Amino acid sequence: MREVAAEFANPVMLYSIGKDSSVMLHLAMKAFYPSKPPFPLMHVDTTWKFKEMIDFRDQTVERLGLKLITHINQDGVKRGINPFDSGSSLHTQVMKTESLKQALDKYGFDAAFGGARRDEEKSRAKERIFSFRTASHAWDPKNQRPELWRVYNTRINKGESIRVFPLSNWTELDIWQYILAENIPIVPLYFAKKRPVVERDGTLIMRDDERMTLRPGEKVEDRLVRFRTLGCYPLTGAIESDADSLEDIVTEMFTARTSERQGRLIDSDEKASMEKKKKEGYF
Amino acid sequence: MNAPTALQQFLAAQEKKSLLRFLTCGSVDDGKSTLIGRLLYDTKLLFEDTLASLEKDSKKFGTTGEDIDFALLVDGLEAEREQGITIDVAYRFFATDKRKFIVADTPGHEQYTRNMATGASNSDLAVILIDARKGVLTQTRRHAYIASLLGIRHIVLAVNKIDLVDYSQAVFDSIVSDFHAFSARLNFASQVAIPISARFGVNVIEKSKDTPWYSGPPLLAHLEVVDVDTALADKPFRLPVQWVNRPDLNFRGFAGTIAGGRVKPGDSIVVAKSGRTSKVTRIVTMDGDRPEAVAGDAVTLTLADEVDISRGDVLADPHARPVVSDQFAAHLLWMSDEELLPGRQYLLKLGTATGPAQVSALKHKIDVNTLDSHAARTLALNEVGYVNISLAQPLAFDAYRDNRDTGGFILIDRFTNATVGAGMIDFSLMRATNVHWQAVDVNKEARAAMKGQKPAVLWFTGLSGSGKSTIANLVEKALAVEGKHTYLLDGDNVRHGLNRDLGFTDADRVENIRRVGEAAKLFVDAGLIVLTAFISPFRSERRMARELLGEDEFFEVFVDTPIEVCMQRDPKGLYEKAKAGKIKNFTGIDSPYEAPERAEMTIKTVEGTAQAHAQAIVKYLRDKGYLG
Repeated sequence: MREVAAEFANPVMLYSIGKDSSVMLHLAMKAFYPSKPPFPLMHVDTTWKFKEMIDFRDQTVERLGLKLITHINQDGVKRGINPFDSGSSLHTQVMKTESLKQALDKYGFDAAFGGARRDEEKSRAKERIFSFRTASHAWDPKNQRPELWRVYNTRINKGESIRVFPLSNWTELDIWQYILAENIPIVPLYFAKKRPVVERDGTLIMRDDERMTLRPGEKVEDRLVRFRTLGCYPLTGAIESDADSLEDIVTEMFTARTSERQGRLIDSDEKASMEKKKKEGYF
Repeated sequence: MNAPTALQQFLAAQEKKSLLRFLTCGSVDDGKSTLIGRLLYDTKLLFEDTLASLEKDSKKFGTTGEDIDFALLVDGLEAEREQGITIDVAYRFFATDKRKFIVADTPGHEQYTRNMATGASNSDLAVILIDARKGVLTQTRRHAYIASLLGIRHIVLAVNKIDLVDYSQAVFDSIVSDFHAFSARLNFASQVAIPISARFGVNVIEKSKDTPWYSGPPLLAHLEVVDVDTALADKPFRLPVQWVNRPDLNFRGFAGTIAGGRVKPGDSIVVAKSGRTSKVTRIVTMDGDRPEAVAGDAVTLTLADEVDISRGDVLADPHARPVVSDQFAAHLLWMSDEELLPGRQYLLKLGTATGPAQVSALKHKIDVNTLDSHAARTLALNEVGYVNISLAQPLAFDAYRDNRDTGGFILIDRFTNATVGAGMIDFSLMRATNVHWQAVDVNKEARAAMKGQKPAVLWFTGLSGSGKSTIANLVEKALAVEGKHTYLLDGDNVRHGLNRDLGFTDADRVENIRRVGEAAKLFVDAGLIVLTAFISPFRSERRMARELLGEDEFFEVFVDTPIEVCMQRDPKGLYEKAKAGKIKNFTGIDSPYEAPERAEMTIKTVEGTAQAHAQAIVKYLRDKGYLG
């Protein structure tokens, strides 16, 4: 992170409000202490995030005294893109990928931190820590810069940018152990609580607001659930769990048998879908 | 089950685990990805949904019939799945009760050898796979050599597909002895050979009954116990400064990751390049000051004295300092499709320092099959050479064998910004041992002192017809009158001689300016005040010339004349021809001119006479103390 602060003119930290972002932000606070991180946070808001996430985001920024940029793809909003009618793939494309590109162009950021980890998904396993993007934000997996030792090539031409993944070598378990060890605040949605959920296509979706209309035969039930990963609420599956403390979550982790991204509906849309999205500029 | 207790046990066990970073390498289809898939599967780290999707994929893409194809777990990218080969480095994570592992699955195909080097640079051990049916191949030797070149001291030779040679001990023994015949010349501390079948799990986790003649441990058991501790914490203290932390005037901290040794408040340190010393006062963290930090820790230190330190400096143990030099010998692995050109300027990044560098001599290249040396004029992709590197500015470094972080560097192409080479420093070429530096007694300073002046370059840049040569001529005359020693390099006179072989393509323009820069540097070394008058339209070329010279030796003089005025003057009739299309690539017409952003002097020829501008330049030099 300090490498980026020292080498780039205009870096930004992509803050998705999830647990990985929380860890990344915590590391930034430590890396630059006693200074504040010398870059703003940016949240690409799809307008479908859980309300609790937005509240948590605003509290965090206030607590740490940081600068936050929020970007919404207004064009997508005008077009009425939403995860129910547009499908998860179009929604993600327009409200996340396109929106992120818009924001990066608008502010002219030359480096952007992301909280992605190599253990999450196959194509992410091959991601560099400093990952080069062309001026149109595309990723070319066959033409990545070799990354030797801890020497990172940070040179870019005008308009090009670098995505930086400080948590590349962390596993999900590492994340939770670190949150536990450092007592890092996270969104309450990670803890089990009775929440109004609907079972749809085998996944438990939390009905966070009235925009989610029920299909025939569906009913809202209060169940004891929590989330292992957070995104847009209509695309994020809850798991039934009674783990309501960090200790319980870590305990649940070491007996877990389901990988975390399964709660994300976007990954299973098409095979190799993550790789496609990344080539288009998704994190 | 009492959860918190189990949790505490679990966390305590996690804390005690050491981390082993290793890579798997071998030839195409030797079964690397299958082996890693097998390790993940057998250490029960696969989740149920991953398994389900694996079974589904095995039927669709698999090459193993009805069985699970473990390679599909690891081969992430679509192109790889289709071709059935690994094309990039993939990092995988697994753990046993004894150790955590990060494994780099690296490409087997020759064109991705650089990716293997990437994986090797961060690994402590290499598992080299050999197909039992094929034996030791060119790739096997290449990979063993690169592993050794990048400082890996521990090797596991995994003779895979042993089931396909009927678990034959004779085949195994012959492969092992072939490999040892080659690897004896490489510097490995441990080499262990294991007969395995990744597909059927033979000797991967458990010892197999099918190889009763094999008495050693299975692969995983060996990986769990092999001692690869390089004891970086016991080496001399090194902190490459990454970032200077200055939240306010009262705090000045030096941040970086410790590359060697340990440090405590009260320790003496030296800034390697300047030789200034101080004492560590605090190791600052958000959770309070720490009593000690060791290699691998990312820290912020404060010092007792106000010492000038910036990014790229190395803080070190004053009793075991790194070498500071501008020339060294190194092994260089070339990673670009465009071949290495000795003499061309690249950027070198070592630790946190970046600066211009060139390969001053390519001693030889190394045949990775035989380890023999051959004379060479260039290095192509995936070739290894032994080179001398010369830097524009001295750097602090160690030999790679002593410290990977302070002895490994990358070369970056200045125009594409691609990482084109990876180097491992062997030793410093001290000036005394450098044949090109015999006459240290009569140096630049001595030669300049005899002439009663300070040498420098006045680099005139501007459009054709802007008045560069006219003004440069007047300046030279004025200096001659004062008895100063000068030389004028002019676009036309150089192109008729030294650069007669060059045309006007981009590559030739770059080479033109490089030669002029080098010639100017020699004249400066001779103690002269050099004037150059070239259009030199590109910023990057002018920067290249500037970086060849010392900090106070280069003055950019921007002769800023509007193109309309130049066209009107058109002293050589060139604009006329360019407009008629008779000259291609003419600056200002169909080739761009990038005006300087921070020239030391800007001359507006539409205001004032050429004579007055020349006098102003002479006055500038005098005021700065260049004229004695």
